[in-house]
Amino acid sequence: MFRRNRKRRRPRLNPRHELAVLLPIRPLKANASNADRKFDHLPVARLRAVHLLWLFLIFSASALAAGAQTGAVKPSIAKTILAWTPLLLKGFGFNILISFMSMAIGTVIGSVLGVLQISLLPPVRLASRFLTQFFRNSPWLVLLFYCMFMLPFEITIGELRIPFPDWIKAVIGLSLPVMANVAEIVRGAVNSIPSGQWEASESLAFTRRQQIWLIIMPQCYKRMLPPWMNLYAILTMATVLASIVGVEEVMTLAGQVLAAEGRPELLVPIYSFVLVWFFAYCYPIARWTIRLERKFALNI
Amino acid sequence: MPENADNFKKPPIVSITDVYQSFGDNQVIKGISFDVAEGEVICIIGPSGSGKSTLLRCINGLVKIDSGSIRVKDMEVHAPHLDKLELRKIVGMVFQQYNLFPHKTALQNIMMAPIHVLKQDAEEVKDRAYGLMRKVRLEGKEDFYPGELSGGQQQRVAIARSLAMNPEVMLFDEVTAALDPETVKEVLVTIRDLAEEGMTCLLVTHEMGFARELADHMYFTDNGVIVEHGPPKVFFDAPEDPRTQEFLSQIL
Repeated sequence: MFRRNRKRRRPRLNPRHELAVLLPIRPLKANASNADRKFDHLPVARLRAVHLLWLFLIFSASALAAGAQTGAVKPSIAKTILAWTPLLLKGFGFNILISFMSMAIGTVIGSVLGVLQISLLPPVRLASRFLTQFFRNSPWLVLLFYCMFMLPFEITIGELRIPFPDWIKAVIGLSLPVMANVAEIVRGAVNSIPSGQWEASESLAFTRRQQIWLIIMPQCYKRMLPPWMNLYAILTMATVLASIVGVEEVMTLAGQVLAAEGRPELLVPIYSFVLVWFFAYCYPIARWTIRLERKFALNI
Repeated sequence: MPENADNFKKPPIVSITDVYQSFGDNQVIKGISFDVAEGEVICIIGPSGSGKSTLLRCINGLVKIDSGSIRVKDMEVHAPHLDKLELRKIVGMVFQQYNLFPHKTALQNIMMAPIHVLKQDAEEVKDRAYGLMRKVRLEGKEDFYPGELSGGQQQRVAIARSLAMNPEVMLFDEVTAALDPETVKEVLVTIRDLAEEGMTCLLVTHEMGFARELADHMYFTDNGVIVEHGPPKVFFDAPEDPRTQEFLSQIL
């Protein structure tokens, strides 16, 4: 069993990281960009504080420029935006809710799928691998559309009627790619555990199931956390896709505000305003992820 | 004691007959046969890539063989419906890279298999684990994580972890090869203690002095076959095969 395992899922490591023990305590400056590429199966959200500054600059510049064009009759841009803020915030909260739920569903199913990918039964392994690859390589928006139009608006089980509002469909649609990415994170983490751990536990007569749950998985959690958080940040930014299918989240509301005001000069300020929020939410996550990556890089 | 007399008295506990093994196209073991009697200490030496480690892995079923037979007590290791649990209760193995579980303390490493595999009572196992830590001379290190122990200490915990299953045969796969010279000794002393208590030991090793002192029988493998074997005195002092002579002259 061990032999086949080694052949099939030899972890593909960056040669720079293969001998992690030999790395210096503090990663060299030149290596930093390489270290960033470690979890290379995900598009990486690397945000820096300076980006926030840019956003604010764009936002205030556009507000000022637009304000200069405004006649005295209309209220200033800043005032208008402030008046709409509670509504927009509610929409943003909805985005966060969608991201939480998609992440939760995607993580639970994705973990199962990830473990199935290391099954010793070829049909199970191949099927789960196919599912993972299929959803991982599909555009998120297409998946979202699929869920929007394929899922019924309600499900009737006997007397019980479960309604399926659009936003629930969006949650399901977004959880599919999350699921596939989580599955890959799990598989990658399992593959990164040295084969000696499998050998040693096997020679101590642990069953396959015990090996996975008692020996391998407990060592994986730390490794999975940074890419998982990164995925969450990406998902949060992707929740605005739900606006295209008509869910009343922040982008949809921003569009409605613009329509209600009928002032083209509001366009850039409002979208910049929304951008700033997303940044303020995702940036700390990205920073924290990088910190955790550094912390676990040598200590796993 | 002459080996013939041994063979008469006790039936072999490990019996290897005409074993062939390959990884894909790469034939690693090309027909190896030998017996190990109970309580015997066997040392296998040879150049790297000669199939020594693979042979050990075949004995506890980590690696499948292509043909031939390996019997441990009354079990045929490569029978299709072998109860691997039964086999691995009898055969313990220690690895070159220790392979301790890094997320568990030394004591937990020792206790895991008896509790989860043998379903023994946790308190009893704990007492025994403390005893084993004493036996490998690591008293006081029970709550250390593997990362906090030196290589030699980790290797001794690995030995204790194997012993916790009460094996009847121990396989040592180059257990000192990854260690600092000054910690090699503490591991060898532990193995010697075991051998003196009558544990059947199969060692793959490069520690010639140790092999000479401890082994009942030496085997020299090269290129997947046993080139020469014999009691250590004869083996080291008057090797017959030119390959053995060359290897020994390089290493001694």
